[in-house]
Amino acid sequence: MGCLRFLLLLMQKKDSFESLVMEHIRLNGAYWGLTTLDLLHKLDAVDADEVIQWIMSCYHPESGGFGGNVGHDPHVLYTLSAVQVLCLFDRLDVLDVDKVADYVSGLQNEDGSFSGDIWGEVDTRFSYIVICTLALLHHLHKINVQKAVDYIVSCKNLDGGFGAMPGGESHAGQIFCCVGALAITGSLHHIDRDLLGWWLCERQCKEGGLNGRPEKLADVCYSWWVLSSLIMIDRVHWIDKDKLAKFILNCQDKENGGISDRPDNAVDIYHTYFGVAGLSLMEYPGVKPMDPAYALPLDVVNRIFLRKRD
Amino acid sequence: MHGRRHRPDKLEDAAAADAKAAKLCGLQTQVLRNHHYRTYTKEALGLSFKLLEMPEAYAAWNYLKVAFQHNLGELSELEAIKSAIDDDLRVNPKSYGAWYHQKWLLIQKLAPVDFKLEFGLLDRLLKVDARNFHGWNYRRFLAKFMGVPEEEELKYTMDKISDNFSNYSAWHNLSILLSILLIQQSKGFESKQKIFSEEFELVTQALFTDPTDQSGWFYHLWLLAQTSSPDNPQLIASWPSNGAKLSLSSARETNDEQNTPSSFSSICCYSLKEGILPIVLFFNEPVKGLTPSSVSLTSDLVVGKNIDIPNTDDIVSRSGSSYNCPVHFMFTFEPNNIDSATEDTDLIHDPISWDCSESLLSHVNPSCIHFNQLKITNALVQEESKWHLERLSDEMDLFRELPDDNRKFAKLTLARLLLACSAIKSRGSSLLERMGYCEEALGLFNDLIYLDPSHESTVYYYLTELFLATCNMETFMKDCSVQVLPNLTPLSHVQLCRLSLTRIGYVERLLWVQMLDLSHNNLRSIEGVAAACMLERQQQSDHTALKPLTEIISLKVLDLSFNEIGTHSINTTRYICPSPFSHKVEACEAFEECQKKNINAEQFWDAILFFKHVNLVQLGVEGNAIASMENFRTLVVTLNPSIKWLDGAC
Repeated sequence: MGCLRFLLLLMQKKDSFESLVMEHIRLNGAYWGLTTLDLLHKLDAVDADEVIQWIMSCYHPESGGFGGNVGHDPHVLYTLSAVQVLCLFDRLDVLDVDKVADYVSGLQNEDGSFSGDIWGEVDTRFSYIVICTLALLHHLHKINVQKAVDYIVSCKNLDGGFGAMPGGESHAGQIFCCVGALAITGSLHHIDRDLLGWWLCERQCKEGGLNGRPEKLADVCYSWWVLSSLIMIDRVHWIDKDKLAKFILNCQDKENGGISDRPDNAVDIYHTYFGVAGLSLMEYPGVKPMDPAYALPLDVVNRIFLRKRD
Repeated sequence: MHGRRHRPDKLEDAAAADAKAAKLCGLQTQVLRNHHYRTYTKEALGLSFKLLEMPEAYAAWNYLKVAFQHNLGELSELEAIKSAIDDDLRVNPKSYGAWYHQKWLLIQKLAPVDFKLEFGLLDRLLKVDARNFHGWNYRRFLAKFMGVPEEEELKYTMDKISDNFSNYSAWHNLSILLSILLIQQSKGFESKQKIFSEEFELVTQALFTDPTDQSGWFYHLWLLAQTSSPDNPQLIASWPSNGAKLSLSSARETNDEQNTPSSFSSICCYSLKEGILPIVLFFNEPVKGLTPSSVSLTSDLVVGKNIDIPNTDDIVSRSGSSYNCPVHFMFTFEPNNIDSATEDTDLIHDPISWDCSESLLSHVNPSCIHFNQLKITNALVQEESKWHLERLSDEMDLFRELPDDNRKFAKLTLARLLLACSAIKSRGSSLLERMGYCEEALGLFNDLIYLDPSHESTVYYYLTELFLATCNMETFMKDCSVQVLPNLTPLSHVQLCRLSLTRIGYVERLLWVQMLDLSHNNLRSIEGVAAACMLERQQQSDHTALKPLTEIISLKVLDLSFNEIGTHSINTTRYICPSPFSHKVEACEAFEECQKKNINAEQFWDAILFFKHVNLVQLGVEGNAIASMENFRTLVVTLNPSIKWLDGAC
């Protein structure tokens, strides 16, 4: 696949405009790139030790959080990506697990919501991020799970979807976060699956791509947000998978590899990852299956939760 | 990252882009250095403003916050920052960092809020992009922060809708505000009926003006749901059911085996741990307040039991509405104290074979009990339901009048209206009228399946609606041959084969199935079955109270042959059922037991969890990929040692 060529090149090109635009979210980029490699069975193309060393250089030992790049302030967004990448390599042992768990769990507020960092921005994205991080580290007990769940449920809208905060409009990205968080905490019974399922399957546009909310343009990244949500609530058979797959493949840059948000646009690592992840959820041949809630390959998640722990 | 065209191939443009990159890179390094060394001069601040050009450069926003606190929030600085945010939002109206900084400044409460400025900024931005959810979120925050009453925000929202009906964000805000006003019972919002009638008028107007825009249809769906669902919790099923006759025996303490009944026909035999008979009441939504005073249990004969639920305020739903439908039902049981500890598996002497067109156990001469009659509600059609029906009828008339130029949403909405009416009627007793609605809806669903080929995604949705809609109809029943033995606990035998089922609904009516035929469907996982039969009810409330129930596992005979179990690598019920991934189940001894026998726990974790909970006598899995997977049969036999027939063989 052209994707591989694109990814490996991108990881080397550090001075381009694209690279810079991602400078402060490099750790997210690492997660997107490395997970894509793993999905394409090529994780061994990178030097694990080198990557892990770089990741740990983004770590702030005083707080227990990770920044987006070396020298950047800690935030839960990058902390989750760090933990996820370490899961890919099965190297959670390099972490001071308690410290990291304390950092993220300490960001829970009185009402059950979560802030992204010490500055206090609240968003259901952060609820998902903290819950996912703690679950992967087997430290979910560090937060008040019931309150966290109650807060997320308070963000449920009348169309069955979820917003960034109570009263916020339903958006596929936020829906993924809320459904994911409820899935991980065994709380999916709070969702009206038929109602949400219908809202989600209506995201499919004429060309087969998915949009994020009504009357918006299709974008490859929603192949993940919408599809994984549908899988978690067992309504994915309401989507036309063949058409979606065609749309994703159409967004490839046939010369240089990689996937863009829409056909004929510029490719980037973010959309390449989401396109491949979407194909994975549709069991596309050659792509490893992914877990829809933890956003990691299935074998990685099974290993984490089914292996006997000491 | 979004919406960028392919990079220009021209060398000059590429060079310019790279030069810009280098400049921003240098700028970022400087700002980070200032941040690290706590430099907050005017110059340093200026640099950070420049860096804001880069979307989501959160370091710059953090730096500005620290600087602000350090400089103790000088007013001139405040103005400079606000102006910088303003500029930034013009260029990046979707910048999380900018919006939050704006909010953060307000929360610091260092200066009185300039109402005009704040709402002015918002107004401007929403005029440019009425769907900017950051803007709407900020508006809701601002309104709350400044104590703006919901009624005023309602007016603003209505104006936005009048400007342009095609504004999902505004309709959404409308639904939020109305819900708040109705709950608060604010002046003018005391009557739900009055408000919803007005809303129906508004949205119908929008729909007739521009039927192609989706916003109105979604809003209409919400209004429909409000109008058709009962306000109060409903009791929809129970175990034992009304008129049930049970044969019960007590298990001996020393062994876990169940005892045999005296005859094959009283197959519905349950063993009780410690002689306790649980009573299950299944409501349509979670309720609390079920106590000995709200649910009374009396005996009139030695073995006859009456259950009474009078009109009571004790039983309340999550939304605060109380149960208001008095109900009475009764069941009888025969105690069965057989001493010898023979296995219950002996009560099935021969393998059960299924025939989709014949009734099961015909020698027992069953008369059919309608799937319907297993429902318990004999609720009186309340006054409110009358309003619901009138409202829905008016809507149906309007939609029937729409020119039939084959519009998907119009047909779908009309079909839903019909089903909603049917559902309301089902709480009363006019079966004939209901069938009329269902038949009309069926016709519309058939149209929709052909109408929407370019959007095939919803074909399955329509099929599901179709199946659920017709589940009550006799004609459909004949096709799917759901037969039930009378005078025994209901649904001891159910056949749901050859229905292209991907999942199982109406769970509350499958509460105590002992024999289940799900062959020749499209089920993808064993957990799906588990969810339907047992574990789903465990999920409805919180575990401990229902624990004794899960110990009475009824399912003895299961046919899953010719489905798709094991074919798919993506499991869609992984999070709906209790699993180690959803933190509802520990990877347990069953896993270890299997691993000792070289059974791959990572491959079969869902099968392990299912078989651990049942004690099957007969299982059919042929025609599924899983049947031929290594060690699957070993797994079944290990976890269900009393199994007698696996795909016909012993």
